[in-house]
Amino acid sequence: MTPIRRAADVAKGDLLPERVLQVDRAMLVRYAGASLDRNPIHWDERFARSVGLPDVIAHGMFTMGAAASLLTEWVGDPGRVARYTTKFVGPVVVPYDTGAEVVLGGKVTAVDPDTREVTVELSAVCEGAKVLGRALATVVLD
Amino acid sequence: MPVNEQSAGRVYPPTAPYGVSAAKIREFAEAVGAGDPAHVDPAAARALGYRNVIAPPTFAVLIAQQCDAQFVADPQMGVDFSRVVHGQQTFVHHRPLTAGDEVIGVLHVDAVKLVAGNAMVTTRTELTVADEPVCTSTSMLVVRGEQP
Repeated sequence: MTPIRRAADVAKGDLLPERVLQVDRAMLVRYAGASLDRNPIHWDERFARSVGLPDVIAHGMFTMGAAASLLTEWVGDPGRVARYTTKFVGPVVVPYDTGAEVVLGGKVTAVDPDTREVTVELSAVCEGAKVLGRALATVVLD
Repeated sequence: MPVNEQSAGRVYPPTAPYGVSAAKIREFAEAVGAGDPAHVDPAAARALGYRNVIAPPTFAVLIAQQCDAQFVADPQMGVDFSRVVHGQQTFVHHRPLTAGDEVIGVLHVDAVKLVAGNAMVTTRTELTVADEPVCTSTSMLVVRGEQP
């Protein structure tokens, strides 16, 4: 079992290990089923185009969830997230043939040694453009 | 039909309990690439001090979106679901959702703003288990206006 990260071992500016996610249609269908968000813009190309989108796009919550996974594995306990917020600033367009590449990362922006609360700004970038904006998570470390 | 600006402040009745299952947690964790064993292995979750397997931090959206369906379906709100885009999302967790929880959601419409032909609707769902607050999920939804 991974030990739980200690606030004393974390400093402002620390980077979380980056993760490159290859997103394909199968992952979106799986997320649609798991989350019960069955909006067809996330899996039906013809429907997505009919409402003015370039192609199928990933659920914003899929990307927010994937970034949370990067965070909780860094923490060592997925139950330590006290607050997590983001804006959805750009879509992840997922073409049938190529899928999409999303680069997930994170940076420590604040550490409170007394409460052991650590703030991490998470990032998700697709084709050089931000997907999540001001994605801030507060975790309570050991 | 435009979104009803007068609906800010509306509170919907509590939902029927949503039973959080280990199977749904596993399925959701796999779908977001959450590899921590506490999502799938009760012994690993207990070693961290939890009663049973725990859900990833964004799992609450599953329950919150079911609550949001009340206002999307409310004819007095005037929302066209095919024009809804998720603008912003915030979770405040008091403890992780855990397999076995029976979760009740109360949906509040906190704000409705009309900006440049679009409606920005802020909804807040208060999730409780046996009257104990477990999570607040706040969503800002953009309902795109009809193209001119």
